[in-house]
Amino acid sequence: MTTADIGKNNGQVATDDQAPVVELRGTGKSYGNIRALHGVDLAVRPGRVTCVLGDNGAGKSTLIKIISGLHQHTEGEFLVDGEPVRFSTPREALDRGIATVYQDLATVPLMPVWRNFFLGSEMTKGPWPVRRLDIARMKKTADEELRNMGIVLDDLEQPIGTLSGGQRQCVAIARAVYFGARVLILDEPTAALGVKQSGVVLKYIAAARERGLGVIFITHNPHHAYMVGDHFSVLRLGTLELSASRDEVSLEELTNHMAGGAELAALKHELAQVGGVDVEELPEEADLQAPVAASPEGNS
Amino acid sequence: MTMSQQAAPAVTSPPASGPRQRDGRTVQRPLALRLLARPEVGVFLGAVAVFVFFFAMAPTFRQGSSMATILYQSSTIGIMALPVALLMIGGEFDLSAGVAVITSALTASMVSFQLTMNVWVGVVVALVVSLAIGAFNGWMMVRTGLPSFLVTLGTFLGLQGINLAVTKLITGNVATDDISDMDGFNQAKALFSSSFTVGGVQFKITVLWWLLFAALATWVLLRTKYGNWIFAVGGNKDSARAVGVPVKFTKISLFMLVGFGAWFVGMHQLFAFNTVQSGEGVGQELIYIAAAVIGGCLLTGGYGSAIGPVFGAFMFGMVSQGIVYAGWNPDWFKAFLGVMLLGATLINLWVQKSATRR
Repeated sequence: MTTADIGKNNGQVATDDQAPVVELRGTGKSYGNIRALHGVDLAVRPGRVTCVLGDNGAGKSTLIKIISGLHQHTEGEFLVDGEPVRFSTPREALDRGIATVYQDLATVPLMPVWRNFFLGSEMTKGPWPVRRLDIARMKKTADEELRNMGIVLDDLEQPIGTLSGGQRQCVAIARAVYFGARVLILDEPTAALGVKQSGVVLKYIAAARERGLGVIFITHNPHHAYMVGDHFSVLRLGTLELSASRDEVSLEELTNHMAGGAELAALKHELAQVGGVDVEELPEEADLQAPVAASPEGNS
Repeated sequence: MTMSQQAAPAVTSPPASGPRQRDGRTVQRPLALRLLARPEVGVFLGAVAVFVFFFAMAPTFRQGSSMATILYQSSTIGIMALPVALLMIGGEFDLSAGVAVITSALTASMVSFQLTMNVWVGVVVALVVSLAIGAFNGWMMVRTGLPSFLVTLGTFLGLQGINLAVTKLITGNVATDDISDMDGFNQAKALFSSSFTVGGVQFKITVLWWLLFAALATWVLLRTKYGNWIFAVGGNKDSARAVGVPVKFTKISLFMLVGFGAWFVGMHQLFAFNTVQSGEGVGQELIYIAAAVIGGCLLTGGYGSAIGPVFGAFMFGMVSQGIVYAGWNPDWFKAFLGVMLLGATLINLWVQKSATRR
């Protein structure tokens, strides 16, 4: 089934008219004699959310480290705008418009929201000896940008540590969008969040997609992925287990690829809490042992 | 394709929680609570309390000349407490700050005297040495990744020994020779240690410098890029680096700023007393750190102000002189200090918790 999915995916790539911003072709990475990633194909297109799923140790982190410039790949090709690249620092990736929002490496908790928003790229005014922060303009811009992403904060002076984890992620996303990111890499943005906060983050992922960004959404939660994803890549033990676009895969299939049948009973329970997913339609554990033939239409 | 239609409401359903959150945000905390969360308000109230206390207890305290003495004492602590506070906001310590003051004064004095040159030569050499000590502290810390506590403890012990040994080696004495009859002395004294009169009360010029530096530090901290970086490297070094803040530059330059402060205070001591005792300065570094902490700077970095340490140093001056004016045993000073420090730290702890509370 995996081969069939990849076959379908290739057909889809050929017909998609938008060129990928970031593309991996047979990319792999070895740390010494350990092959962490092997033969991974991935295409990130503007206005599309590409979800990378996988259990712990599947190679998700290695994959984003290659794209965000923290590590270099050791096999295959890594293309940005169709030209092969090899980033040596995160700054280079940033300059090409690839921004990464790390789970816990995003903000300085005790600093006000607007200072966090512009940290490292502050707006200034005046000649050198008296060059100072253009606070009014920064606050205005931060407020506008956050509103554009649907985040409304009454007081931008509040320390960002007082925001909820989801809102902090959202500010980090809005910041990346404002500073010219074309591709946004989100490293498990919902991993530490509750159901409601995850919903807020998912909403902003959708908002980033609306603004024409390519999004790489790393997660090990297939339900979150299925809510916003346009394309799904499942990694297992460093190789691509599944690569399929939304209309080729159902949530059941995705979940089946992510987790073995035994874990699914628990996941079904979790699914019921997420909402928006028809739990009744979900197959029981026994059904998932066999290849799932249910068509996506069966769910609506 | 129907699948994506089915999923569309799933994407838009989370915002349902949006309006409720917005409403929650509009509830302002009480004004008093918000004011207390400012780093300098706690110490301001503390300073007012101490002032009122001694104003009531000690009649001498109410005289203008007493206030001038208190301000002078506060300024010699306060000028150093400012860069120490900035460094603390930047997440680091400098235990060598106290002896570095003496190192600077000794350097200026001995270079001028031994080479029989204009004192300004000594002053400039001392500035270079002080900045170099700061740069060394910062560079060692950034390069090795050791805690600044350890690095500057090494510098502290090293400088303490060097101060004594080199002074004895060169002058044959534990103090430097009197430089008051040398070229340029009066000019330098005018800059670092002169007096001026306001309303019949004589004030030391260090008070002016102190307030000037405090204003400058406040402006830098709150209104410049560099100030933003100070908060960021102290608050979360890794986040700061990830968004492109030059963490190493910021930290090293903050240590050099402490070096500058040590130079200025060292020059004041040299030109106020004409000679320098090489064994002095030990223990002063803790006074500077205490003034910064009482002034609302968070020991772990990322939070604080430049105004707070001004009040912190002022409190020090008031307590140390007030005890004398009240006719008490000055030995009580350190006890007061301990209580003040503990109280200030508890307030800081509470502020940090309430500021990061969801």
